[in-house]
Amino acid sequence: MHEELASIGKSIIINGELSGSEDLTIEGRVDGKIELRDHVLTVGPNGRIKAQVSAKAVVVLGHVTGNLTATEKVDIKENGSVEGDIIAPRVAIADGSHFRGSIDMQKKDQPVSVGHALGTYKSEKSEKSDKSEKSDKSDKSSVPAATSVTNDYARV
Amino acid sequence: MNVGQHNGGLSGLVSRFGRPGARPENGNGPVVVEPRPAAAVAVEPVHSSKTLAQFLSLVFARPKAELVDLGPVIGSNIAFLGERIGCKIHVEDLYEDLDRHAQKGTLDQFGEFLRDRLVLRDSSVDAVLCWDMFDYLAPPAASVLATKVKRMLRPHGLMLAFFGARASDDTRYTKYLIEDETHLRYRYYPSACTRRWVLQNRDINHLFAGLEIFETVLLKSGVREILFRKPI
Repeated sequence: MHEELASIGKSIIINGELSGSEDLTIEGRVDGKIELRDHVLTVGPNGRIKAQVSAKAVVVLGHVTGNLTATEKVDIKENGSVEGDIIAPRVAIADGSHFRGSIDMQKKDQPVSVGHALGTYKSEKSEKSDKSEKSDKSDKSSVPAATSVTNDYARV
Repeated sequence: MNVGQHNGGLSGLVSRFGRPGARPENGNGPVVVEPRPAAAVAVEPVHSSKTLAQFLSLVFARPKAELVDLGPVIGSNIAFLGERIGCKIHVEDLYEDLDRHAQKGTLDQFGEFLRDRLVLRDSSVDAVLCWDMFDYLAPPAASVLATKVKRMLRPHGLMLAFFGARASDDTRYTKYLIEDETHLRYRYYPSACTRRWVLQNRDINHLFAGLEIFETVLLKSGVREILFRKPI
């Protein structure tokens, strides 16, 4: 059976708080706060949002002014526009979109650090030679050596 | 440093990040791919960048680093910097601002505009990607931006900038797409401004007085890639 998707039409204007437990598409205008903790918010091409948004995933084809927090992903499509700060583990921004603000993809419960990333690195590197791994371990955060001169460029 | 020496430590440190947008081997990771028309790819040169490699390596060594990108937002760069380098990215597209001023005929006010434009706190940023912005700025605006960048950098913070060798009437900006830790793809897009300002080394030294030049690379094209670092 086809489940009807919730949507806010082009002519609808909402001022205030919006929350729900199903996916939502907005083609109208919403000013305030939007909370769809476990669901997907889609801001359609005609959608105009001026709000703090919290959702599982946010897809932007229209205009958003405000901060976006997603537990899974923020996806700004071509012609989509976001002015605000994004916190999400995954962010996709298409060519032709507009974005101004900050993007924080670090998981709050698992901050990315050199040590953490190097841990991942070791497992990936385990297939490679011990020799190269040894040299990497010995100099985790120091300034790496650079080639002085190549065919393409030269240190000056 | 020996001529021709490979940067083994560096490639070891960052090459695992792979190409932006690539799916990890287990297939469960995120995939962020910016649409890239086949026709466009053919005219997008890829250049190696030694300073980018050092820049990324040093940023990576700073846990929870915050980076400011003064260029236009590029999805694959965000994926690379956010997911692989693990930093928070502030996108402040000054090229868009510059274009707007050029179209309105107010380029002479761009310096004043910049005074209020970047509102990040002093000593709050670990790295700044300036790309080739300074090639487009008149001396007063360049001075304002350089001062802003110097202020917002934390001690040992980094700034990467490219300086062209000659002025040009070309009405294109360049998007610098990070292909991997040592390569940038140049993607051109229309601009209202031309590359008018050529900074000599003495100009650069004067403009960025207070920052150390950590690495300078001269490309065959005459472009100078310079990695600056703020001293403690």
